[in-house]
Amino acid sequence: MTALRHTWQVALRYIRALLRQPAWVGISLTQPVIWLLLFGALFKRTADIPGFSGGSYIEFLTPGVVVMLAMSSAWVGMGFIEDINRGTMDRLLVSPIWRGALNLGSVAQSVLSLVIQSLIVIGLSLAVGAHFHNGIAGVAVLIGVAGLLGAVFASLSNGIAVLARQRETLIGIVTMATLPLTFLSTALMQQSLLPGWIRWAARFNPVNWAAEAGRSAAGPDADWGLIATRAGFLALLLLASAAFATRAFNAYQRSA
Amino acid sequence: MKTIEASNLRKTYGGGVRALDGLSFTVEEGTIFGLLGPNGAGKSTTVKILTTLSRPDGGEARVAGLDVVRNPERVRRSIGVVGQKHGLDPEATGRENLEMQAEIYGLVGSARRERVEQLLERFGLAEAAGRIAKTYSGGMQRRLDVALGLVHQPKVLFLDEPTTGLDPEARVELWREIERLAGEEEMTILLTTHYLEEADRLASRLAIVDRGRIVAEGTPDELKSELRGDTVQVELLESTNGAATAALSHLAGVSELAIDGRLLRARVDNGAAAIPSLITTLERAGLRVASATIARPSLDDVYLRHAGRSFQQAHTNTKEVAA
Repeated sequence: MTALRHTWQVALRYIRALLRQPAWVGISLTQPVIWLLLFGALFKRTADIPGFSGGSYIEFLTPGVVVMLAMSSAWVGMGFIEDINRGTMDRLLVSPIWRGALNLGSVAQSVLSLVIQSLIVIGLSLAVGAHFHNGIAGVAVLIGVAGLLGAVFASLSNGIAVLARQRETLIGIVTMATLPLTFLSTALMQQSLLPGWIRWAARFNPVNWAAEAGRSAAGPDADWGLIATRAGFLALLLLASAAFATRAFNAYQRSA
Repeated sequence: MKTIEASNLRKTYGGGVRALDGLSFTVEEGTIFGLLGPNGAGKSTTVKILTTLSRPDGGEARVAGLDVVRNPERVRRSIGVVGQKHGLDPEATGRENLEMQAEIYGLVGSARRERVEQLLERFGLAEAAGRIAKTYSGGMQRRLDVALGLVHQPKVLFLDEPTTGLDPEARVELWREIERLAGEEEMTILLTTHYLEEADRLASRLAIVDRGRIVAEGTPDELKSELRGDTVQVELLESTNGAATAALSHLAGVSELAIDGRLLRARVDNGAAAIPSLITTLERAGLRVASATIARPSLDDVYLRHAGRSFQQAHTNTKEVAA
């Protein structure tokens, strides 16, 4: 009960702060649209490659864009660094707040943003003629696995933020990690068209787990076994990364 | 009863910076205790350890009868903390700040509402309650910080350099509030400061911290009365080192001579009587005097005596150690 109430208070704080920044709201709402339309136009001819199965590229791309949006959660730790620098974090750490709430509240905020962005992308995709073959259930699974991935990235980001306490370090790590993780996955390209070594590397890439599961849930022949295992991997990874983010405060205390 | 007990606290930061080097003191229930010292002396590190934010490498500390290392959860429930930096959330309104803090301490529903309104009223923030805290003036932000530390009516309050950066008016206002907390609300308060007048006015007992240890402790009056006589300060026209020391070392009744550039300070039994011979001696040694002043002992002198350097000097020479 206390844990839940504290988590909600932390989430509420971040949500309110973001809603008060019209620029942030505007950008968050248009960014998914730009991605979908830009990538959709850039890679349109991909659907013509022999071996590409399924319908239009937009239909293929939509789950990929949802997963890429989830990766934006990797920036969430910037909020932690700001809190640390201005003293808000110390005020919370000398209070009896449940330590897990600090990370989970911030994760909740980023997952909520992701859900809204995902719904925009999916709505737009439907509007330009894409099909989601398993209806609302398929869409829910897609958003669910993307949410798990987003929560993993947010937790890792928060943990790194607490340990590094420097914007530059976090910016460096996120910038370095996100692009390779995107391209070592099926987010933008069908698996059978990937080079062999990328296909191999993708098996260990959480971004690919989410992309595979999300696309399968949205596609014509959903493989529920695959969806369950990938979602399971992501859930385990989330447990580990949330534990990491919360335990990072111990190291913070030792060096404070 | 002793509400705060620190014994032999040690803390070394990465890079071998020794912040605390066997620091000990106790604070009686219901009193204001001042930790006085320049930046980097170890005051903030002490507060961080006592408030469970940092762990000591050695030594023990108890707050409200609870060991801060073994019982951090329970310590956190009994203390209020106003840190050196703002603890408030600048993106939230004053009321939202207090509401979240109240929730964290388990105040919900009407209890929360009442407490929040009460604090807004008391700290003169009722009118600004709906405004985002980053639009507040420095004094208002500080008042909100203090209000946040008081939400759960703690028995022990830690104030880490609470008036740094405030204008004189806001500072005096906060002093009055701190006096009221110790008086009417019978709180035990640990105050750190590098303002001598602040320690002199607020603290019933104080300790002078230098390089991670306590170098003197007592009531402000006790500390001041340790010093016999007056302080004489002489300003020379040109800066000097060896010449002035050599000239004055033979003069009877002059002790604790300190020279910093053109400024010369010394302790004498009777200031008014000592000044003529002091000036004559200096001029005879070829040192021309620009001005001479006499002062009753101040905490600065106490500091000079125990830390071996003047407060101002220590203040500008010591680099901030990990805040």
